[in-house]
Amino acid sequence: MQMTGAQIVIETLIEQGTEVVFGYPGGTVNDIYDQLYQNKDRIRHILCSHEQGGTHAADGYSRASGKTGVMIATSGPGATNTVTGVATAYMDSIPLVVLTGNVSISVMGQDNFQEVDIMGTTMGIVKHSYRVEKVEELADTIREAFYLAREGRPGPVLIDIPKDVQTAKCEFTQAGVIPYEPAARCSEEEIDAAVKLMEESRRPIIYVGGGAIYAGAEESILKLAQLLDAPISTSLMGVDAVPADTEGYLGMSGMHGHYASTKAISEADLYVAVGARFSDRSVGNKEKYASRARIVHIDVDPAEINKNIDSDVDLIGDANEVLKRIIAKVKGSRKPEWKAEIARMKEYEKKREPYFEGPLTPYGIIDAVCERVPEDTPVVTDVGEHQMWVAQRYRFRRPRTFLTSGGFGTMGFGMGAANGAATATGKRSILFTGDGSFAMNMMELGTAVTENIPVTVIVFNNGTLGMVRELQKFFVNEHYFATTTNRKTDFAALAEAFGAKGFKAATPEEFSEALEGALAAEGPSLIECMISPDELVYPMVPPNKSVDEIMLQEERS
Amino acid sequence: MSKYTIGLLVRNRYGVLSRVSSMFSRRGFNIDSLTVGETADSSISRMTITLSGNSHDRDQIIKQLAKLHEVIKVKDMSDGEVVSRELVIIKVRADREARQEILNAANVFRAKVVDYSPHSMMLEITGTGDKINALVEILKDYGLLEIARTGIVAVERGGNDRD
Repeated sequence: MQMTGAQIVIETLIEQGTEVVFGYPGGTVNDIYDQLYQNKDRIRHILCSHEQGGTHAADGYSRASGKTGVMIATSGPGATNTVTGVATAYMDSIPLVVLTGNVSISVMGQDNFQEVDIMGTTMGIVKHSYRVEKVEELADTIREAFYLAREGRPGPVLIDIPKDVQTAKCEFTQAGVIPYEPAARCSEEEIDAAVKLMEESRRPIIYVGGGAIYAGAEESILKLAQLLDAPISTSLMGVDAVPADTEGYLGMSGMHGHYASTKAISEADLYVAVGARFSDRSVGNKEKYASRARIVHIDVDPAEINKNIDSDVDLIGDANEVLKRIIAKVKGSRKPEWKAEIARMKEYEKKREPYFEGPLTPYGIIDAVCERVPEDTPVVTDVGEHQMWVAQRYRFRRPRTFLTSGGFGTMGFGMGAANGAATATGKRSILFTGDGSFAMNMMELGTAVTENIPVTVIVFNNGTLGMVRELQKFFVNEHYFATTTNRKTDFAALAEAFGAKGFKAATPEEFSEALEGALAAEGPSLIECMISPDELVYPMVPPNKSVDEIMLQEERS
Repeated sequence: MSKYTIGLLVRNRYGVLSRVSSMFSRRGFNIDSLTVGETADSSISRMTITLSGNSHDRDQIIKQLAKLHEVIKVKDMSDGEVVSRELVIIKVRADREARQEILNAANVFRAKVVDYSPHSMMLEITGTGDKINALVEILKDYGLLEIARTGIVAVERGGNDRD
């Protein structure tokens, strides 16, 4: 059947299983938007307030559901506004397909209105990108983009579609989704080598990253941990890979990780990394990291092997498939001494648990929410102190319920991502944010109101850019500069101005009451929580240091 | 620091050169030379990249290149059964007194004289880095006026490189 390029875009998106697209219209995507209009019963379009927020929404949609997120932006500023969103998805390996319009090929390169070389701009932050030059190639390009976005190590794929390709016509034939079968590429000998190390180990630890979640490896990790009697430590991206109430779960390790989780890594004799890439924030000092352990590294991306930390055995492939092969072979054993040692670490951790001074405290807020909302609630954060507090404290019970910008650390990620997560799951999402992060993309609350997306925003308002302020406190001689915002923004009133429900809380009692109101709201709601600017994130392993130099809070006097 | 030669077969698509070179700059690797041209199949181009680094860098570069969707094949061509050549054109000061000596040097290195003027001479030489560098060293004494290098191209001996 003869179709225009714009028709082909929509037909192929639907063919690839797309139910929702996030986007913002403009001159060079007008034809695509006309097709969205004509197909509004078949595909939902969510109009974002800014293309960055829209891209984060597509990202959050993907993180919460595992499906590929789709964003449509116009040329020029529309396209460049997606850049931070694309980079965020790239650093956390999130499958996205981003479609941008561009000026017609016939006039390209003449610096036309809203013209930009978006392929060149995004070259270093995409898994792959295309400029479609002929309408005949359009459908297959989109199909391949969907395949690439989720194959192997997932990531964002950008397709730049010039206007004259959207209006040109060609024959369109329906096709299917290109199949992708996750597999363990590693050899039997490599599996045997890993099994041997596991059977020899007396002090094993399993370290879980975001890749484990994408591979759906929850059950396999739990099984291996049981067999080996091994504790489970995680990266920021792997916090929700297994339920927090799992025996042996130590939570996040690294720069702001739990003491026992970080310490156990340095005491272990075997370290099994599952879908993790050893970022500087997780590792600190490379030489001292897991220095007593032999390292088994399981990852789908061969380039991660020996990139940051050298491994003794590397197992390339889908984490779940690799783990299943190990589990089929490995003989388990009990490790009472190791467990007793871990228990002592946890005891020490408990004694030195961070505490807060204010009447309304970060952990108090997080605990109250965690107890009150269903366990499949998507919990989103922005970036900063609040992000670390949530990662440390919230008891996640299901994979894909913790959405955070780990690798890129994008302040402003949260509001868009919370919209995307709620859209994907049909559940009310919770956004924990700070007054700094929220100010970066708060207009997406307007999107949530218009599109009737159930989101509850919890703003930790301490009037500072707390995380940077901490760096200034510890590493720049308390030269506090440009980190006290001193803004007079009334966030609760702001929420009302957007058409959402606004609440304010300065005490635990006020918060409980506000939370009930916020969760019962028809649409989006927001609670502004007044917290002290002096609350800090402990523990802290200073950059490039090891657990030996971990900073814990002074014991409560 | 060692020198490495990496051979690549890539899909001849819009932006592929930029994608490969952008990987190098993004990851902080340096390229000494890069050549690119079509293969017998015009939809596929061959790139030859030479670089200085350690073996860890080389391994990372090969893996990161292999990840690029448009890269069909990547191979370390630093050792083994490989034919590699570079073409260089050198313009050197050549007054009457120097002319014969330069011609002698050109003969020894099997360089060709491709242009000749009252005060200069242009030589063309193909070969490997060592041979070319040796000639350049000798010609320095007479005064190098200009030098243009193509960068190294390399192909494996025997068989079919695309297997």
